[in-house]
Amino acid sequence: MTLMQKFLGAAAALALSAGAAVAEPALIFDLGGKFDKSFNEAAFQGAKRWADETGGSFREIELQSEAQREQALRRFAEAGSNPIIMTGFAFGNVLGEVAPDYPDTKFAIIDMVVDQPNVRSVVFNENEGSYLVGMLAAMASKTGTVGFIGGMDIPLIRKFACGYVEGVKAVNPDATVIQNMTGTTPAAWNDPVKGSELTKAQISQGADVVYAAAGGTGVGVLQTAADEGILSVGVDSNQNYMHPGKVLTSMMKRVDNAVYDAMKAGTDIETGINVMGVGNGGIDYAIDEHNESLITPEMKAKVDEAKAKIASGELTVHDYMSDNTCPVE
Amino acid sequence: MDFMTLLQVLESTIRLATPLLLACLAGLYSERAGIFDIGLEGKMLVAAFFSAAVAYQTGSVWLGLLAGIASSMALAAIHGLASITFRGNQLISGVAINFLAAGMTVLVAQDWFQQGGRTPSLIGGARFEPITLPFTEALADVPVLGPIYGGLISSHTILVYVAFAAVPLTWWILYRTRFGLRLRAVGENPESVDTAGVSVVGLRYAAVAIAGLLCGIAGAYLATALQAGFVKDMTAGRGFIALAALIFAKWRPWYALWATLLFGLLQAISIRFQNIPVGDFVIPVQFMEALPYILTIIILAGFVGKAIPPRAGGEPYVKER
Repeated sequence: MTLMQKFLGAAAALALSAGAAVAEPALIFDLGGKFDKSFNEAAFQGAKRWADETGGSFREIELQSEAQREQALRRFAEAGSNPIIMTGFAFGNVLGEVAPDYPDTKFAIIDMVVDQPNVRSVVFNENEGSYLVGMLAAMASKTGTVGFIGGMDIPLIRKFACGYVEGVKAVNPDATVIQNMTGTTPAAWNDPVKGSELTKAQISQGADVVYAAAGGTGVGVLQTAADEGILSVGVDSNQNYMHPGKVLTSMMKRVDNAVYDAMKAGTDIETGINVMGVGNGGIDYAIDEHNESLITPEMKAKVDEAKAKIASGELTVHDYMSDNTCPVE
Repeated sequence: MDFMTLLQVLESTIRLATPLLLACLAGLYSERAGIFDIGLEGKMLVAAFFSAAVAYQTGSVWLGLLAGIASSMALAAIHGLASITFRGNQLISGVAINFLAAGMTVLVAQDWFQQGGRTPSLIGGARFEPITLPFTEALADVPVLGPIYGGLISSHTILVYVAFAAVPLTWWILYRTRFGLRLRAVGENPESVDTAGVSVVGLRYAAVAIAGLLCGIAGAYLATALQAGFVKDMTAGRGFIALAALIFAKWRPWYALWATLLFGLLQAISIRFQNIPVGDFVIPVQFMEALPYILTIIILAGFVGKAIPPRAGGEPYVKER
């Protein structure tokens, strides 16, 4: 046995024992990138909170291409990471294939349902949160016209749009909602220039509150809205701070809580479908020092009333993804 | 469609066409000199990042613009080194530049600002503000002409005027100067230029450098005039649309202006109107977005005139021994 082989053998043994000794959780970020100021970043915040509180550590990877999905999943699973958490609907198919190969490993997927015994599927009722910010937008609007700018045209984003329109109409049945999608390819998540142009086009059609559910494109939407002196609504994370006094509110999807819970549960993570909605604090609208002057007590009272009704089940907001149609326009 | 809507669409057209026009002219110089450049996208992207980063740090958009141009020209120099001096494959070098730019901008941005591959938002003097041309006030009350002058011609950032001025300048340089004649010759028949005792390598480097300069302005326009900061991959394929426009324009400066304005108009229409009903038939927005590429293919297929690229394009020049 040559010296080289000895070294390699020793390194392999070390790696194996390291993998077996600690079951670190792993977190896989989707193509939007870890610091997208939104969805993936919220996941990272949740993981960081867990690490800070428990002193534990977690492994992470930011995907650079579609081809890495399966590779990343298998590598973490083989290295003994448990549970493995991934953000984004796009993991659905891959996880469906990979999960049965590692029955002892627990997986958690956010924004998608994967029907496997060792998978926890966390889904959010974005329609409920969009309904709430839609109500606020309609109440803040002076022109009676509000806008919606989506990222890539996928059912999930239509779900945002549909809930938003319902919320707007609940306050002002005569309101007009202008809806635009940025594009049909993943580039639509990172095109702030087009986001700006869409915002300008909506302003010229009378919109004075614009809701952006568009990832990095939303940065351009919020910027243009602030420049042109209208209000905007942020998404996923609390984006109120980006333009204080110009962002009406943000539709918060507590991805951080979902990741935190999953990591805290560790290997004992409960599998199955986990719905996060207004009722269990998974979805909310943001109110902080940056936007409190924009939201009057009457507005807040009205929205909180709707929030309570949604939580109690008295009011249901239509879910676009349940039947791929929206009852309102 | 009423007059104001038309005006808004045309205004949007100018904003969207400007980066395309600058990148298209950049490609024109480079390809006319026989160097294919599919790295327009990458050069714009680094320029967008460095212009925003430097403008943020110094508070001066002009220093940002210079930094953007410098970074873009640095990548152009790499492209020149690979494809002129070392006679490598120009397409591969261009692809490499695109990858380098996509990765490097995010990496450096993360290291400098810790905001996930973004620069912080630019405020005040770190952004190009729209400039109001003289007589806007005086003409404001004149019907039709007032809004056209005030909205369409005035109230853009300085870089827009630079881009439009670059078209006649490019035409003049290419067709009325000795440098332009030699530049065109080097893309058609470098041997003859060499025989005349003029440096082929020197001319090609000059062309690539001009391409870097123009891409630098285009990138700075995206990040510091249209937007207030850099966002990962913010060029979103505009470098490739500019290449399509270059083919559509048959490598000519004035045609480049019309081609990029047409592509800008198609984008502006797709932004303003999601679906366009024509009688019973509805044109989906995706069709409008794909139209630039469809038009380019039609041109390439030879249905509308013929697009003949510079004859020596893509071939490294080897002096016979």
